[in-house]
Amino acid sequence: MKKFFLYCLMISGLAIVIFFSLTWGAIKIPLHDVISILAKSIGCFNGVVDSTYEGVIYIIRFPRLLLGLLVGAALGISGAAIQGIFRNPLAEPSLIGISAGASLMAVIVITLEASILVGLSDLFGYYLLAFSAFAGAGFVAFIVYSVARINGSANVATMLLAGIAINAFAGALTGLMTYLANEQQLRTITFWMLGSLGGATWQTVWTVAPFILVPLMLLPLLAKSLNAFALGEAQASMLGIQPNKVKLQVVVLATMAVGASVAVSGIIGFVGLLVPHIIRLIGGVDHKFVLPASALLGALTLALADMLARNLVAPIELPIGVITALLGAPVFLYILLKEKKKVLH
Amino acid sequence: MLTAIAINYKIGKHCLLRDISFQIRPGELLAVLGANGAGKSTLINVLSGEKQPSSGAVLLFDRDLKKYTSQELSKKRSILQQHNSLHISFSVKEILLMGRYPHFRYRPNKSDLIAIAEAMEICDVGHLAERSYLSLSGGEQQRVQYARVLCQIWDQPQSLLLLDEPVAALDPQYQQQTIAIAKAFSQRGFMVIAVLHEINLASQYADRILMLKGGRKWLDGSPAEVLTPAHIYSIYNAEVDVIINKQNLKPIVIPKQTNLDISNFNSLLPSVAFSGVQVAT
Repeated sequence: MKKFFLYCLMISGLAIVIFFSLTWGAIKIPLHDVISILAKSIGCFNGVVDSTYEGVIYIIRFPRLLLGLLVGAALGISGAAIQGIFRNPLAEPSLIGISAGASLMAVIVITLEASILVGLSDLFGYYLLAFSAFAGAGFVAFIVYSVARINGSANVATMLLAGIAINAFAGALTGLMTYLANEQQLRTITFWMLGSLGGATWQTVWTVAPFILVPLMLLPLLAKSLNAFALGEAQASMLGIQPNKVKLQVVVLATMAVGASVAVSGIIGFVGLLVPHIIRLIGGVDHKFVLPASALLGALTLALADMLARNLVAPIELPIGVITALLGAPVFLYILLKEKKKVLH
Repeated sequence: MLTAIAINYKIGKHCLLRDISFQIRPGELLAVLGANGAGKSTLINVLSGEKQPSSGAVLLFDRDLKKYTSQELSKKRSILQQHNSLHISFSVKEILLMGRYPHFRYRPNKSDLIAIAEAMEICDVGHLAERSYLSLSGGEQQRVQYARVLCQIWDQPQSLLLLDEPVAALDPQYQQQTIAIAKAFSQRGFMVIAVLHEINLASQYADRILMLKGGRKWLDGSPAEVLTPAHIYSIYNAEVDVIINKQNLKPIVIPKQTNLDISNFNSLLPSVAFSGVQVAT
């Protein structure tokens, strides 16, 4: 009952944020115009709508909003699932190096662009960037997973340590690439490392949608296995769950979602860590609730953060990663303090 | 029926189990006794299928454990492990629901909910149902885990129940209760194997006692056969008296005054100057 209420709350919150982010921006579009444009698009309204407004909403705001929702849901749900297999609420995709691998590949592509990609069109460059980020994420996930495999079973502690090593390695190479980059490339790198939904078009939305929707649909089916994981892998296997299979499934699906998100929006921190944490705090730790709810709250958070990023110091646009970190870090510290108090009393 | 045929279990050069064979039938409660490091937990883990024996085989109803899929096995045996590490604040009810995971896909059936309610009742944890596992005492956590393990095979007749030191964290009343529940299960046709350190609990409730020493089967027989002062001395290096309980004719083991001399340890202890207790004047 409480969970039903929380779902309703998040869905209505999501609806509010969606309408607000469609109205707010460099051009203010009145709410009733937004509604009539949306109604027209699904065929329940035949009146006249302002064509400028229609253009802004269709070409700029709607794809960007959708991308924000997709990326937010992806980060939320993969954070929750990865925390589940690591049995550690502080784990997140960036912890086992998935994000670092993605960003390293992207930075390499940006820096080497001048020498390798001369003469190639911008569009191709953009896709190359997206694809390399995804490939980097997958490659790292594969390496971490194979390093951590001992006698056919992935050891969680080794997996975390491998993640740390990969993070350090990728960090060093990324630093080197930054050092080699020229002025223009440096701007692109910075923009990208801080995260932004600014590159959203319908094409990007359609490109990443399957990579995010598939994990969104499949990960919740693993809820039972992830719950059993909390008892420990040995105990979970006594309940008929195959720990290695579950770990592989989670790593592949989470990589798919995170890699795709990093590819189109850069690194957006804290969402994968914080969103599942908040969900557990308000609705309990059952993954049957945590997984879908994290996706929902992740979408809500990112749409909200992007709305703020566009409007806080308009017309200048803030990187969305800055917003999520600014909002996230204090909330996270607050949660830690509260948990500490709970332990003390 | 569970049959162990010449089980060996090695880690590197260390042989933890050597040539262990025995059989247990539905309706029996078998207690496994032995000193620390005798291989009791290893044996339980091999019987559960978690560890593969280096040689030999475990047959559950004449079929090799290796031939069962992990789903099939999870409906036929459950195991209470010695160490439970759960650091996420699931509620007691959610933990018991995990015990029923082998039996439903997405949504628990009515039979699952009944099993949970009854297991909670019998282990006396019903009043804790909504509490977070992490807020419970060690003994309460132990009882919750026991309830989870019981509800996994609640409605699966002739299943195998493995208990690795099930009473370690419990007070005397719950120790009795835990073993009595296991006994009641065995009498309904379950096969129960329990690792115990409490010799008298084993004597009182077990149909048979399997004694391990150094990874070998030392003795296998009824409590009266196994629990003699000579056998207990050979296993635990402890001198005991054994008397017969007139009510149920089971042996009761009474330790003699310990004969360890404190001065034996003196040469091993740190030498610090200590001039007796200071008394304020």
